[in-house]
Amino acid sequence: MSEVAVSARGLGKLYFICERESYTMLRDGLTRALTAPLRLLKGKAPRTVSGLDAHTKVEFIWAVKDASFDLKQGEVVGIIGSNGSGKSTLLKIISRITEPTEGEARIYGRVGSLLEVGTGFHPELSGRENIYLNGAILGMRKAEIDRQFNAIVEFAEIEKFLDMPVKHYSSGMYTRLAFSVAAHLDPEILVVDEVLAVGDAAFQKKCLGKMGDVAKAGRTVLFVSHNMAVVENLCSRAIWLDSGRIQADGLVGNVVAKYIQSLSTRADQDLSLIKREGGLTPVIRKIEFLDESGLPATTTKVGSTLIVRVHYRHTEPLKNAYFGLRFETASGINVFWLQTRMQNAQLPDVLPASGIIECRIPELSLVPGLYFLTPGCGSGNTQLDVVPKAGQLQVVESDFFGTGKLPPQSLGLVVVDAAWEAVG
Amino acid sequence: MARTEMLPSFPIVIRPSKGWVPLQLHDLWEYRELIYFLAWRDLKVRYKQTFIGVAWVVLQPLLITLVFTIFFGHLGNIPSDSRNAPYIVFAFCGLLPWQLFAYALTNSSNSVVASERLITKVYFPRLVIPIAAVLSGLVDFALVSIVLAGMMVYFGIAPHRLWAIPFFVVMEIATALGVGLWLSALNVRYRDVRHTIPFLTQLWFFLSPVVYPSTFIPEEWRYFYGLNPMAGVIRGFRWALLGKSPALGAWIGVSIAITLVLLIGGLFYFRRMEKTFADVV
Repeated sequence: MSEVAVSARGLGKLYFICERESYTMLRDGLTRALTAPLRLLKGKAPRTVSGLDAHTKVEFIWAVKDASFDLKQGEVVGIIGSNGSGKSTLLKIISRITEPTEGEARIYGRVGSLLEVGTGFHPELSGRENIYLNGAILGMRKAEIDRQFNAIVEFAEIEKFLDMPVKHYSSGMYTRLAFSVAAHLDPEILVVDEVLAVGDAAFQKKCLGKMGDVAKAGRTVLFVSHNMAVVENLCSRAIWLDSGRIQADGLVGNVVAKYIQSLSTRADQDLSLIKREGGLTPVIRKIEFLDESGLPATTTKVGSTLIVRVHYRHTEPLKNAYFGLRFETASGINVFWLQTRMQNAQLPDVLPASGIIECRIPELSLVPGLYFLTPGCGSGNTQLDVVPKAGQLQVVESDFFGTGKLPPQSLGLVVVDAAWEAVG
Repeated sequence: MARTEMLPSFPIVIRPSKGWVPLQLHDLWEYRELIYFLAWRDLKVRYKQTFIGVAWVVLQPLLITLVFTIFFGHLGNIPSDSRNAPYIVFAFCGLLPWQLFAYALTNSSNSVVASERLITKVYFPRLVIPIAAVLSGLVDFALVSIVLAGMMVYFGIAPHRLWAIPFFVVMEIATALGVGLWLSALNVRYRDVRHTIPFLTQLWFFLSPVVYPSTFIPEEWRYFYGLNPMAGVIRGFRWALLGKSPALGAWIGVSIAITLVLLIGGLFYFRRMEKTFADVV
């Protein structure tokens, strides 16, 4: 059982980001166009910077760098890290979708990768046809699909709609079918990106069960998720990636704890440096958490007071301003939303161009877990700024009910006090 | 279990490749069923939600041939190069291989870009994509062949060298695939390719003896003309099917050589470029 399934040594992937300057002379453009095919034929353009001319600014980033690890057969390993930390790139290298720039990996077994649910599904084709098509794309033989066909249909619970084009399927049915095909691929090494975020809770549970079975059968699973509860539940080992480098690798509990700790220290970063999209202006500068006594906090206990401070700076005073805060779980479920106008906050008609807005939540009744905060603000009817997941808050256990017990996150996201009695 | 016998040799080694890479045709062979499924999907999807469905396959070349016969045959007085086939059969016999070629070329050139989702999410030998795109034209070809057979029966023309047809079909598939491999790989980086394809096929059409007989080309230019493999293919089709037409001519050899160069060059070029597909497409 201790044989190696995947062995990676110094894997690295370099991406070039070319930013072309907006105005170049037409003549330059034409010469470029004329010589481009020649340059390409030499095969140089995609790899070296020398193939690019002076008008192209080249930046490069190591999406993955110096990644070395060994996965043993039957091991279930979670890969964690924030967005853009190189998790998906690593999975793509292991599943041979993209080539590493340096390093080497040896794979001992058939790799099944599930980086997206329903890759290659064609909306015009029926469920039955898509099972065969998708199976073949994932690397199954027709004989193998024939053998597994009934199991796939049964697992997806779509017997009645088998001959209907999948474009008429509900999104739930679609996801179930797509996962079901991939789940029956039965490879030696299963590589799964965050695909379970879609689909309803019951099906998610079923999928996780299936992945657990896969692992019990001695298959190796490499699994990316933002949901720490799922990672801790499913994996024995975790690898934490940050900016493409492995920060920690070991027992799942330890690695997850280190990762979460890093998130809270990051809360100090200047948010105005983050690139905004869709015409938003960087007004929100910082988001910080304070506890009841006004001291900075990175974690908060179930049911205790939480103060959220939003620091902002704008080029002019804010007239008729509003601020909002959205809380969501690590798996992307919105838990609640607060907004100054909705809650009738008495803000001055004109706010100074820079300042701090404080939101006091007297009793934060969220179950333990990781939550993301998205602050937003606007002036009049204009949305000025939204910074998705700018704040990360870890809610930790407390004796909320005085019984030492708390519900698990899978049964609900809030704790609500209630009185019970026998009345009849 | 039965699986172990089909496993490729382990371990699979992943490392950066440099320059030209081997074709790894055994890997392609492992995925032969995917080629079939992708070609089959192409076909299925193409005629879904069309009113007369597959009838288009037959109707389209018939109507085009009719137009050719009126404009080139009657008004333009272009002769058939076979003494027992009227112009309409002559033109149809050229259009049949041409349409397969034009379809296969266009479809394969756009195939890699069109399969972006697959390429960025799943591993399989990338050569599968253009090959499937080329092969999906064969079903249309078979259907139109039946119409040609009917036409030949109607005009009382017996095929003289039917045995040679598979060779010319393979030759044109190889040509279309060869060009398709080059263009599909280029198309990933330079989307300009997509816009040049309609122009390219149109130009190629007039450079190929579809509406006129290849005997129109002066004797001393024939070898040069043979540089266009489709000239060889169409000449071959008429030579094999219509009979009472001039001998094949040694210039066909030039066409065959060009086909091989295009195909082998295309295969290696595609393999060389494919590692950038997932990052660029």
